[in-house]
Amino acid sequence: MCGIVGLLLKNSSLRPRLGELMVPMMIGMTERGPDSAGLAVFTEPVAGQLHKLSLYAGTAPIDWNQVQRHLGEAIDGEHTLKVTANHAVLTTSASPDAVEAWLDSHAPELTVLCVGRAIDLYKDTGAPAEVAKRYEFAQLRGTHLVGHTRMATESAVTPAHAHPFTAGQDFCLVHNGSLSNPYMVRRKLEPLDIEFETDNDTEAACRYFEWRLREGDSLRAAVQRGFEELDGFYTFLMGTDRELALVRDAFACKPAIVAETDDYVAVASEFRSLAHLPRVHDAHLFEPKPQEVYSWHI
Amino acid sequence: MAHLNQAPALEESVREFDLASTTVRELNRYLHKDLPAADAPRVVVTHPDGAHSIACGLDAPVDVEVHGHVGYYVAGMNKHARVTVHGNAGPGAAENMMSGFVRIRGYASTSAGASARGGCLVIEGDASLRCGISLKGADIVVGGSVGSFSAFMAQAGRMVICGDAGDALGDSLYEAVIYVRGEVKSLGADARFEPMSAEDRKVVAELLGIAGFKHDPAEFRRIASARQLYHWNADANQEY
Repeated sequence: MCGIVGLLLKNSSLRPRLGELMVPMMIGMTERGPDSAGLAVFTEPVAGQLHKLSLYAGTAPIDWNQVQRHLGEAIDGEHTLKVTANHAVLTTSASPDAVEAWLDSHAPELTVLCVGRAIDLYKDTGAPAEVAKRYEFAQLRGTHLVGHTRMATESAVTPAHAHPFTAGQDFCLVHNGSLSNPYMVRRKLEPLDIEFETDNDTEAACRYFEWRLREGDSLRAAVQRGFEELDGFYTFLMGTDRELALVRDAFACKPAIVAETDDYVAVASEFRSLAHLPRVHDAHLFEPKPQEVYSWHI
Repeated sequence: MAHLNQAPALEESVREFDLASTTVRELNRYLHKDLPAADAPRVVVTHPDGAHSIACGLDAPVDVEVHGHVGYYVAGMNKHARVTVHGNAGPGAAENMMSGFVRIRGYASTSAGASARGGCLVIEGDASLRCGISLKGADIVVGGSVGSFSAFMAQAGRMVICGDAGDALGDSLYEAVIYVRGEVKSLGADARFEPMSAEDRKVVAELLGIAGFKHDPAEFRRIASARQLYHWNADANQEY
């Protein structure tokens, strides 16, 4: 059991309200996922050669100013931090790989949750309403988002095991279901120098799809290939900087429902997360068919 | 679907539950324990907003109308009651129904009518996968199409599908009978098409009449069990 939510705003005037519209969606999925919650929000890409990294500091207090100062001394470039609780979005003009490597060795208490030019990511343990409040989800603006509420079934309840999972840049995935061959997928990917951070089954799917995207597959083609390679039950919702994509396995055991209007596309595990959305009763409301890839572009 | 949450004008002997301000538990407690023994009012439910277990476990001849979309298990285990959902239903609508009548005006998600022993379930829109799985005696009439694995291991009862069916229709069927008007993507193991008799056409006409669907019973085809799985066949080499 888990809950997924997704929202893509077609009407750009709604973008300042992205977080506000999403929070009741996420809280609506509390019974499906009471132990952790997470959210990837996609904004307009940062300018030029800048990149963003979402950082998570865990429960220990951290001196963010010191992290920023030491990073500036070590690596040339502009580095700015936007801090929310124990989370910060670092925007940098330096190579994100170099920044990540520096953080890894000089600020090991920080976890890099995601890297990209459009994505910000928040995830933590706790009830969805608490997590949403902790990270001020209602204030978030952007074009689209992918969210998740977790009821752990196959690996530990930790912030790292919460969804969304990310791999590469500007890519994330959330999952309702369970995979039965995640270790087979890992054994295929690890020799390709793809590193895993957890023992979570969803991470295997996330890294598999990101690998296929890097190999040149479209998201649609990658998912199509995934039907052969990934075994188990799933509703996956994926986000890139331009796109949301939704897919259910052949047996469609895990629910999903889509509401589409001229203003937005909203995805959730159940209608109760969509019921509050503006004009939802006039929306085109449907359940995605098994093994069909649905995608929407901003 | 523009006015889903607008209940009809109230008349005498109508009891309204607005789930925007009342819990499902209060609604169900009323339906289980507080209904008058005679002349029960019509019960109107508004703002269901996808809530689970609405009008579950009823055991009285009461009319319940739900205006809006419902979540899991609406009218589950129903006995005697007539439940109408003016909207879509989540998984397990009317599952384990014993008797009564349940109508879903929109579409129904997975496992609609699962294991239902009696009564009648009408779905005016499409039904998702596993509709009528393990059916045990109820009637199901679907105005639209059904998803894959529908009527899987259905033991008794009748299922009328006015649209198409997905993969593995009637897999491992026992004695339930399926009537389908549209295309069948594939039949499940041991399910087979059989000729329609005059009696079959009568059954289809009766069920279409109950559901209020206007189709010619002659357009339907009958699917029933070939009964080849009833006994273990050691020579089958596990290939069914």
